[in-house]
Amino acid sequence: MPSGVITIAYIIASAFFILSLGGLSAQESARRGNQFGIIGMIIAVGATMFHQEVGSYVWLIFLMIVGGAIGALLASKVEMTAMPQLVAILHSFVGLAAVLVGIASHLAPNPMQGAELIIHEIEIILGVFIGGVTFTGSVIAFGKLQGVIGSAPLNYPMRHKLNAGMIGACVLLGALFIAGSAGTSLTALLLITLISFVLGVLLVMAIGGADMPVVVSMLNSYSGWAAAAAGFMLSNDLLIVTGALVGSSGAILSYIMCSAMNRSFISVIAGGFGVAEGTVVTSADGEVGTVTEIFADETADMLSMAQSVIIIPGYGMAVAQAQHIVRELTEKLRSQDVEVRFAIHPVAGRLPGHMNVLLAEANLPYDIVLEMEEINEDFPKTDVVLVIGANDIVNPCALDDPSSPIYGMPVLETWKAKTTIVMKRSMAAGYSGIDNPLYYKDNTRMLFGDAKASLSAIASAL
Amino acid sequence: MKIGIPKEVHPEERRVAAVPGTVVKLKKMGFDISIESGAGIAAKFTDEAYKEAGATIVSDVKSIWSDSDIVMKVRAPEKHPKLKKDEVELLKEGGTLISMIWPAQNQELLEKLAARKATVFAMDSIPRISRAQSMDVLSSMANVAGYRAMVEAANHFGRFFTGQITAAGKIPPAQVLVIGAGVAGLSAIGTAQNMGAVVRSFDTRPEVKEQVESMGAKFLMLDFEEDGSGEGGYAKVMSKEFIDAEMALFMEQAKEVDIIVTTALIPGKKAPTLITKEMVKNMKEGSVVIDLAAEQGGNCEATKPGEVTTYEGVTIVGLTDLPSRLPTQSSQLYSTNLLELIKLLGDAEKYNVNMEDEIIRGTIALHEGEITWPPPKPKVVAAPPKPAAAKEADPTVEAPPSKPSMLSDKRLWIAAGILLLGGLGSVASPSFLSHFTVFVIACFVGWLVVWNVTPSLHTPLMSVTNAISGIIVIGGMLHIAGENSWLAAIAILIATINIAGGFLVTQRMLKMFRK
Repeated sequence: MPSGVITIAYIIASAFFILSLGGLSAQESARRGNQFGIIGMIIAVGATMFHQEVGSYVWLIFLMIVGGAIGALLASKVEMTAMPQLVAILHSFVGLAAVLVGIASHLAPNPMQGAELIIHEIEIILGVFIGGVTFTGSVIAFGKLQGVIGSAPLNYPMRHKLNAGMIGACVLLGALFIAGSAGTSLTALLLITLISFVLGVLLVMAIGGADMPVVVSMLNSYSGWAAAAAGFMLSNDLLIVTGALVGSSGAILSYIMCSAMNRSFISVIAGGFGVAEGTVVTSADGEVGTVTEIFADETADMLSMAQSVIIIPGYGMAVAQAQHIVRELTEKLRSQDVEVRFAIHPVAGRLPGHMNVLLAEANLPYDIVLEMEEINEDFPKTDVVLVIGANDIVNPCALDDPSSPIYGMPVLETWKAKTTIVMKRSMAAGYSGIDNPLYYKDNTRMLFGDAKASLSAIASAL
Repeated sequence: MKIGIPKEVHPEERRVAAVPGTVVKLKKMGFDISIESGAGIAAKFTDEAYKEAGATIVSDVKSIWSDSDIVMKVRAPEKHPKLKKDEVELLKEGGTLISMIWPAQNQELLEKLAARKATVFAMDSIPRISRAQSMDVLSSMANVAGYRAMVEAANHFGRFFTGQITAAGKIPPAQVLVIGAGVAGLSAIGTAQNMGAVVRSFDTRPEVKEQVESMGAKFLMLDFEEDGSGEGGYAKVMSKEFIDAEMALFMEQAKEVDIIVTTALIPGKKAPTLITKEMVKNMKEGSVVIDLAAEQGGNCEATKPGEVTTYEGVTIVGLTDLPSRLPTQSSQLYSTNLLELIKLLGDAEKYNVNMEDEIIRGTIALHEGEITWPPPKPKVVAAPPKPAAAKEADPTVEAPPSKPSMLSDKRLWIAAGILLLGGLGSVASPSFLSHFTVFVIACFVGWLVVWNVTPSLHTPLMSVTNAISGIIVIGGMLHIAGENSWLAAIAILIATINIAGGFLVTQRMLKMFRK
């Protein structure tokens, strides 16, 4: 097939990818968007099959079938609560693939010379470096989300200096790679790979569990840039376009997440919480109040007597896999003519939009699931707010305590409702490690225990 | 451990120190509960209801007192009318009594209790700190009193509270003045407001203005600078000039309003006189004054404690047992306050009087026969009156914003970017630059397309972009026929996992979303 035809196929594929992302912007067009993506991918891979450099078809198709089967199996088996882990591990694959393509590209014979060669080699370094960070970073993110690795941020002295030192070493090795002979070049490239692996580990280890939505979308962005870098080294426009699309979409998601937490992007990726390390977190009034406990049957009474109820799900709902019982509860209340709505904070859960997916899985209609901005002003008109396993996203400190590390972060203002019922395992602080004055408010009731058990007790009492 | 609840003996006292709901909870904590037969009847709790909750019904008064480790009551012990014996003498030697005590006014009672080696918690002395709010009986009783005050007012007032326009003419709403916006005052404001009256309120403490306004009432201001906030969130005695200005205001108000509710109390002092006979004379015929401070002498000169009287055509209600007139509600609240105190002391097995605890220390009037009242002064004010002043005193709060660092300066970044791009343009090959063009345009397209994504689709978006980034498979395919094809092979394998996994899981997720 002439290369012109392949180029045209690539342009069509790029168009499909853009349509795909565009389709995902609204519920109505989302499914078609995904189909566009699939069509684009089929066109792209199909056209590449006819590229003059592609051979060993049996081997190639065998690999694709095996890979496709593994992917399909993963996709059909995964629990919706485990979506963050799946997305993270898939990112690591892209990262690793980018590293491998980069090394393979270096080893392949190359006729380029002069500035063109230097740019090509810089592209290889960038591709390998970004790919390496994405790979190990995603693996660590996967470990943290899966609970294999503790989710607390790892703090060690001189962290930022060490990271900067490693990047500096990569720059030096990069110079060596460009200037050196074939043998030293390969060593330098492998060293860069190694350092990027270590850097990926350290970067993500230093980020706490609550910042995972940002990390996952950031890694998503990196995987895109890695693909774009691979596109440059292979002079392949499709890879460049796709990589850039993915890269910028991931960056925007990260930006949205960061602004939802009122944090600068730099402070999240540099790790640790936004405040300077070592700051002692104290609440404004030294005195700790009392909490008022409530039990499931009383909660059921309050809910059935209410006219409007807002449910705020947090990571605790995902952990307890309680979304189906939440649905049952919602249906019972709605059948008693209680208006039930859901309020989703942008960073609830461990993945952007995680809560929406879980509620959708439980068959809850998406038009009663509202975003923070849509619902925040409705709290004063609400009788009962049910907070399921959320903490920092309903912390009033964010609005009125300038000494709080989450000061300035927009939060769901549940305390303005008539009564707030907080379902919580214990009085432990949230991921940011700060106390929540909401629990001590007069109109707050605490319902302690496992979210799933408590919810089923409430549902059966209704 | 055994808890005993005797029937209240004070005349017209209808409350009871435990209700079936709290009995269940006390049983859960491991206590044995016995209750005197008929103890709850005036508050509409039958013996059967208590029995069902797990209490033992005992008809012998003496054994209730003598067999119980802890006795819970509403009123302070007094002479038992049937046994002709003081209740203190019925208390088991070394036993515990939890009730209202009013230790400041009842020195003699404390001594009698000391002779019984008793441990006594004075519920009226719960410290006013936020941790103790759930045990604060004064607040919960004041809440009931405030509500009942309005019901009494409505009862004695000859008109509607709410304004109406009817076929038979226009009815103006009742005008209500509530003096003292403490718990009782706020409760009265809320009740009057709900009944449709137009409410205004006055308090010497300016910080309650917001609370009054949040209840929908108007806060009357004096043109006078003096803060009446005293220790523990209570009011203090004001200066003479202030009182004069205040009295002038009340005089003016008395002419306008239909109902006055006074709730002004200063701890440990006789209630201040706020409504003079002169003011009452100036009120409209048929108006009502409810004096919630009647027990402490009254805020109104015409008040007769414990009685409803008429003075110059104005009904003056000086009832002192308002909480007891809503016995079911008061008993529920009071018994819950007691339950919270017991929770603090620990359940039956871990029961422990921890004198280090601020609440226990403040409440306990006698410990094993030793008089421990008064407690050391509490350190914490219920609501810090002037956080603004504290701010001024602390210069670190107002630290100047740090200068923007070099790196955060946007202009510098832009300049660096332009230089870099210029440098790139001068050395790069045309083919690279055409790729670069594509790259930059794609970035912008991605930015524009993704910016409008609804947040609920963030996860599907992420998994679909993840699938799309599997396009890296092309990189592997282009190297599969070359040397080191194993590198490319692995790349192809994992990239296809990505493609298939990403698209399929997105499909699965999107199928779940429904309207």
